[in-house]
Amino acid sequence: MSDNANIHAVIDAEYKYGFVTDIESDRAPKGLNEDTVRFISAKKNEPAWMLAWRLQAFATWQRMKTPTWARVQFPPIDYQDAYYYAAPKQKIAPQSLDEVDPELLKTYEKLGIPIREQELLAGVAPKKIAVDAVFDSVSVATTYKKELEAKGIIFCSFGEAVQKHPDLVKKYLGSVVPVADNYFAALNSAVFTDGSFVFVPKGVRCPMELSTYFRINAENTGQFERTLIIADDQSYVSYLEGCTAPKRDDNQLHAAVVELVAHDDAEIKYSTVQNWYPGDKDGKGGIYNFVTKRGECRGARSKISWTQVETGSAITWKYPSCVLKGDHSVGEFYSVAIANNCQQADTGTKMIHLGNHTRSTIISKGISAGRAQNTYRGLVKFARTARHARNRTQCDSMLIGNQCGAHTVPYIESRQPSASVEHEATTAKISEEQLFYCRQRGLNAEEAMTLIVNGFCREVLQQLPMEFAVEAQKLVGISLEGSVG
Amino acid sequence: MLEITNLHASIDGKSILQGYNLSLPAGQVHAIMGPNGSGKSTLSYVLAGRDGYDITEGDVQLNGETLLPLAPEERAARGLFLGMQYPVEIPGVSNMVFLKTALNAQRRAKGMNELDAVEFLQNIKTAAQQLGLSDDMLKRSVNTGFSGGEKKRNEMLQMLMLQPTCAVLDETDSGLDVDALKVIANAINAMRAPTRSFLIITHYQRLLDYVKPDVVHIQAHGKIVATGGPELAHKLEAEGYKAFGIEQAA
Ligand SMILES: Nc1ncnc2c1ncn2[C@@H]1O[C@H](COP(=O)(O)OP(=O)(O)OP(=O)(O)O)[C@@H](O)[C@H]1O
Ligand SMILES: [Mg+2]
Repeated sequence: MSDNANIHAVIDAEYKYGFVTDIESDRAPKGLNEDTVRFISAKKNEPAWMLAWRLQAFATWQRMKTPTWARVQFPPIDYQDAYYYAAPKQKIAPQSLDEVDPELLKTYEKLGIPIREQELLAGVAPKKIAVDAVFDSVSVATTYKKELEAKGIIFCSFGEAVQKHPDLVKKYLGSVVPVADNYFAALNSAVFTDGSFVFVPKGVRCPMELSTYFRINAENTGQFERTLIIADDQSYVSYLEGCTAPKRDDNQLHAAVVELVAHDDAEIKYSTVQNWYPGDKDGKGGIYNFVTKRGECRGARSKISWTQVETGSAITWKYPSCVLKGDHSVGEFYSVAIANNCQQADTGTKMIHLGNHTRSTIISKGISAGRAQNTYRGLVKFARTARHARNRTQCDSMLIGNQCGAHTVPYIESRQPSASVEHEATTAKISEEQLFYCRQRGLNAEEAMTLIVNGFCREVLQQLPMEFAVEAQKLVGISLEGSVG
Repeated sequence: MLEITNLHASIDGKSILQGYNLSLPAGQVHAIMGPNGSGKSTLSYVLAGRDGYDITEGDVQLNGETLLPLAPEERAARGLFLGMQYPVEIPGVSNMVFLKTALNAQRRAKGMNELDAVEFLQNIKTAAQQLGLSDDMLKRSVNTGFSGGEKKRNEMLQMLMLQPTCAVLDETDSGLDVDALKVIANAINAMRAPTRSFLIITHYQRLLDYVKPDVVHIQAHGKIVATGGPELAHKLEAEGYKAFGIEQAA
């Protein structure tokens, strides 16, 4: 039976987070120059060293060019035609949630994000999740701080960390992703506004999930957040990041940097559910998501694990990576990338093996529907120093309809003969037979597809913390809405 | 219950069903036998509403309602079940999740609320036991890596759980060992009820020894050419399709 006849891409996906919060905001003047950088630094009341770092990054960025190697297409970005700082107007800095603008609280309520501590306790799942909520350029609330502080865990906005923990910030900022790493990382280093900071001290197992929710609200504004997570010896932390944005006809730029450092025997689990506005079905609007995420397994036997569910954004350019320095350290990358309509996703990972007996696992599931293009791009590199290192890579692509594309671009570089790599790649079309089978049992076409796609992604989705796995499964369904006819 | 009248269906321009007539009253079991390629599976797909078939003439009614304009899931919700000749694998979706999703989808379509999780678990365990399926099978992905016989038992598990009013079983007996054949026959017999009917497509007499059909139909070239009692199956077993004037096309 012809697939085309049965699974045609009639696309009318609805993005349910597309509302705009009516709140007055405080903005930097439009455009990007040294003054913009100084403006942001002054707004955040930063010490001189921080401003100097930003200015140096800005100078570096000006000498760099937009990278063109990814399989994504977009018109040149006019960096002068955007705002680089937007903060909801608050007369005084809120000391508690009761002082936060009710409009803001309502926004997070609408998004289903628990920024009130007691709300979570009242829910069915008694499990606690500490949340840092970032609205445009600033963090508006961080929950469970006291409880975490009792264990010596620091979980706060990046801005607060610069003020209160300058030594830690100085020591680690830019140590994993140097300013000059790439064009978007340099831009972020110059104009980043807020983000989250986590420090887990030696021997401490973080007792709850930490999470940050990013929300772009203001029009014409770029979002540049910076996240830094440090896990000291023998510590453990699981962190989750989520994001949404209103529907707008213009493209908005999001260029974040995330740096992770795991010391001896420490483990960091970093999960992302990326759901930025993807643009409409004709490709109008949507977020340009250019993100640099990298973790360094600095200590022996340390472990960093990235899990990502990428469903949003008009363009995704993102390669969460692991630098495996410590002997016996472990890097993992589990990814589901869904591209529907006119979305373009170029995502994957880099596993850089430097230490002996380092191991890495890559499992990537790409789903393309509509006219979308979905590329897995991955590098596995074994340095001469990485004796007996191993990697296993599995890349599976699924096509829905016949107007989309899936591409797999694996690079392997090895200078160490004892290294071993296993690479497996498959491409499948969602079969009419499977859809019919599900429908014969009573599922409608969309339920059937959601079930089949979720099955295809299971290995990755089961890596997510329980509470988020359920959300992610629903999101898979929502993202593919309208792609089966 | 199920009325097929003068049904003509084709696929990719090839005419397969050519004036099919069959009347299956409530409470009865009918068997369909016919040579390879005579259109038995095609009939089952057309009944279930699979895409890709052109219905050029005729009608199919279930309990007085025409099925042809309905989507497969709407037919399922009206109690039509198809046990497939080649059950489909769905990697990554556990048998349990699949059945629960299906059951709840059908309940929703009927305006009922979702099945209680505990009740569901009890039901599925009882059904699995009845069919000799281990708990382990329930956790595995739907049909993925199942042996031929296990897939057929799994189809029966779904039938037991979904409790259809009209079940079309396409060669459920093919590929079963002697013991499994009895297990499945018992499951079907246990489900026989005055309000439920079965259309059993088979190549062999042996299933019909355990599940006694009320009527046996012989099908060739996309239509029924002979209808009678269980003796037809015996005659076929003994003399082959020639006894019905059917030339086997190579
Ligand atoms: N897409 C198609 N295009 C052309 N012919 C098809 C197509 N699908 C099925 N057929 C043909 O339709 C005829 C009937 O097939 P069907 O599977 O219904 O037979 P069957 O009676 O179930 O056979 P068996 O006993 O072997 O299961 C066969 O000749 C088959 O080749
Ligand atoms: Mg057949």
